[in-house]
Amino acid sequence: MRGAAMSAHATAVPVLEARQLSKSFGPVEVLSEISLALRPGEVHAVIGENGAGKSTLMKLLSGHLAPSSGTVAIDGEPVALKGPVDAETRGIVLVHQEILLAPHLTVAQNIFMGRELKRAGIMVDDRRMNALAAAAVESLGAHIDPRTPVGRLSIAQRQLVQIARALQVPHRVVIFDEPTASLTPVETEALLAVIRDLSARGVAVLYISHRLPEVAAIAGQVTVLRDGQLIATRPAAELSPVEMARLMVGRELANLYPARKEAPDKAPLLEVENFTVPGFAEGASFALKRGEILGFAGLIGAGRTELMEGIVGLRPGDGSVRIHGERVHFDSARASMAAGIVYLSEDRKGKGLLLGQNLRVNLTLAALAAFHRGLGLDTRHEEEALTKAIGEFDIRARRRDMLAGQLSGGNQQKLLIAKMMLLAPEIVIIDEPTRGIDIGTKQQIYAFIARLAAEGMAVIVISSEMQELIGLCHRILVMQGGRIAGEVSGEAMTEDNIVVYATGVSDIGNDIGNDFDTGSSSGAA
Amino acid sequence: MSSGNVTGDHKAAAGGGDRARQAAAPGRLDLRALAPFLALAVLLVLGAFVNDNFLSLANLTNVATRSAFIAIIAVGATFVIASGGLDLSVGSMTAFVAGTMILFLNTGSLDGSGMLLFAAMAMAIGVGALCGLGNGLITTVGKIEPFIVTLGTMGIYRALTIYLAEGGSIAIKSQPLRTLYRPAYFGDVLGVPVPVIAFLVVAALGAFLLYKTPFGRHVVAVGSNEDVARYSGIPVGRVRTLTYILQGVCVAIAVLLYVPRLGAATSTTGLLWELQAITAVVIGGTALRGGVGRIWGTICGALILEVVGNIMVLSDLVSEYLIGAVQGAIIIIAMLVQRSLMRRQ
Repeated sequence: MRGAAMSAHATAVPVLEARQLSKSFGPVEVLSEISLALRPGEVHAVIGENGAGKSTLMKLLSGHLAPSSGTVAIDGEPVALKGPVDAETRGIVLVHQEILLAPHLTVAQNIFMGRELKRAGIMVDDRRMNALAAAAVESLGAHIDPRTPVGRLSIAQRQLVQIARALQVPHRVVIFDEPTASLTPVETEALLAVIRDLSARGVAVLYISHRLPEVAAIAGQVTVLRDGQLIATRPAAELSPVEMARLMVGRELANLYPARKEAPDKAPLLEVENFTVPGFAEGASFALKRGEILGFAGLIGAGRTELMEGIVGLRPGDGSVRIHGERVHFDSARASMAAGIVYLSEDRKGKGLLLGQNLRVNLTLAALAAFHRGLGLDTRHEEEALTKAIGEFDIRARRRDMLAGQLSGGNQQKLLIAKMMLLAPEIVIIDEPTRGIDIGTKQQIYAFIARLAAEGMAVIVISSEMQELIGLCHRILVMQGGRIAGEVSGEAMTEDNIVVYATGVSDIGNDIGNDFDTGSSSGAA
Repeated sequence: MSSGNVTGDHKAAAGGGDRARQAAAPGRLDLRALAPFLALAVLLVLGAFVNDNFLSLANLTNVATRSAFIAIIAVGATFVIASGGLDLSVGSMTAFVAGTMILFLNTGSLDGSGMLLFAAMAMAIGVGALCGLGNGLITTVGKIEPFIVTLGTMGIYRALTIYLAEGGSIAIKSQPLRTLYRPAYFGDVLGVPVPVIAFLVVAALGAFLLYKTPFGRHVVAVGSNEDVARYSGIPVGRVRTLTYILQGVCVAIAVLLYVPRLGAATSTTGLLWELQAITAVVIGGTALRGGVGRIWGTICGALILEVVGNIMVLSDLVSEYLIGAVQGAIIIIAMLVQRSLMRRQ
């Protein structure tokens, strides 16, 4: 079907076109003479590592930035976009990666913010907006009451609301900036269906993603950017995900995942029994050994994050937790850190790092007690620690005194790991370690995680990327609806098996698993 | 004296003669940190034009002395605001602490003794700390917005003072005690008035606490992002409460200088000082949303407020009855300047 649509539109005039677009910030050229044509009904994926210039290209095409040279053309006519609003009135809509919603307003109020439907000319027509919002969200495969305040939704649900909001604008071109970064497989599949639907209606879609199987499944054309240069534009059917990765990175990716080492001990280091976090997780029991990497899979909202936050004392929880066989209970992260457990939040920007502070302050924040000298802080000792961390975790900072918020996502994650490692923990819980991180850095993060385990730490990895857990972990526990639904290990660690447990319904699970297989293999076929 | 940079904000290249640190921090000078000092310099030049006596040592010493109350209270406010809080009760708290201190002094003999005075001072510090503790605990344990909490305690402390004064004033009865206590405001050491020494010492201690200790780092972290602080194992509630206690202690120190000046507390003692203290903090470059604290900027802000008042008194340009209006305008202008400097970065 995709091929048919392709040929039908191949000769049409490009609805949106980049002609020799370049963009410089000061002396730094971040995008160099990129040309790209988007035809009606086409799904065109743009892939590249972080810093390759994808976001800049999107911003040029959606009017958020003006090009340094080159032009944007709509329907073959060169235009100078005056701003995002100008682009929207011309039918070009950008779905942002970051969530830009008002948390206290309802789903419907957010979807219609700034273009509220009115009744009798002056009153807002809540009933109609709620109905239309419900339908819009429904069409994205989610079931959310449109009267729910957005602040109560999960990150994935907010993402869907944001997409629903963007699609309310009359659109001819929709640009998605990593829309699936925080979505589960089921939600991703629903979104891909929406994109296919858009494409069938003749809407042109520009799709940016790190997830290559997805790109292979959805895209007609793939453009690869690297270091601001256009490396290749090819039909997706000619590229396998592996080839895409090679073009992005510019070198062979040896093994994405490090070799697994057997855990040395037999006795468990951490034992959790019948642990409950009210409203989120119930009766969770598991054990963890030194040197072991334990994965936690599940759909978003399955309670994985909340369970871990409960165990380390970041939210109220109850149950038996033993470390080295001794019963412990934590009522704050401070207490669990003192006992040797650290938790690295999935929300790096909101809960992990102080974006407005420099690297040194962030690095030592959790372990400040170790940087005492008399009454005061030993800044030189802190600087030494930073030097060591930069070397050890390959934190790429242009300047030592730059702010954490100026680092790329991958380097922020490395800084967060370095920060928590200063506490010399025995147990490390990492939530979504590679979300929004490019593939080259992912490989490094995996190597770090494997090294921590090899050094004798017990590691828990929560991830929504099943491949990542399968590649990295010794065992995977799958949560569903707040309970640990099952465990897979060894040969049984497959996406199919995980999905069966994660959805709780084996039939549907198989269907989704199959969809995924066809999705990821169709690009190579 | 050092300032700025240790807050962790790399842009916080310091002011106040902190050349070593400025040299150590690469990159451009930070206009936001420098702005209050430039503004003070401009005001000094302006003052010199308006009145020949303005730059006289006597006048400048007088201005610095008069700014001591607000400067000391504003050092405490810098901690509260840098941690993302707010304390509107400092003016009322000043009156309440002064009132209780004088009542305590009046319980002693009329001869007056150093011991009694010392005990009264210790008690004042204790009362100030307790008032702050109250604000802190209601904010953190009760999980109520600090604006509301301190709006409430502002009314409570004020009313308690009026109640204790039975609607009038509370004055030190013992004349010898007044004489004994007098130098604490009117005295000087090597020509430097005691209040000036006091606010410099308080500021130096405050700067050390904010920039050089783990507590100070925690204050900035909590103000910067409370969640990150919590996930980093920082006891957020305790840090916040401590900033309010510090604020209370700073108020009490200001009271120790205030009582010998007038020898009495009335219903108008400390009226609108919260406005002046917050203005000084904001002029000084501390972010009202938290995460950045500048002690020396705050001191500079307090001086600016007093210099403006002084210039108005010395010149006939504007009626001195409008001092409050001018101070109100200054805080708005300071915010506008901060905003425009931030945009340019």
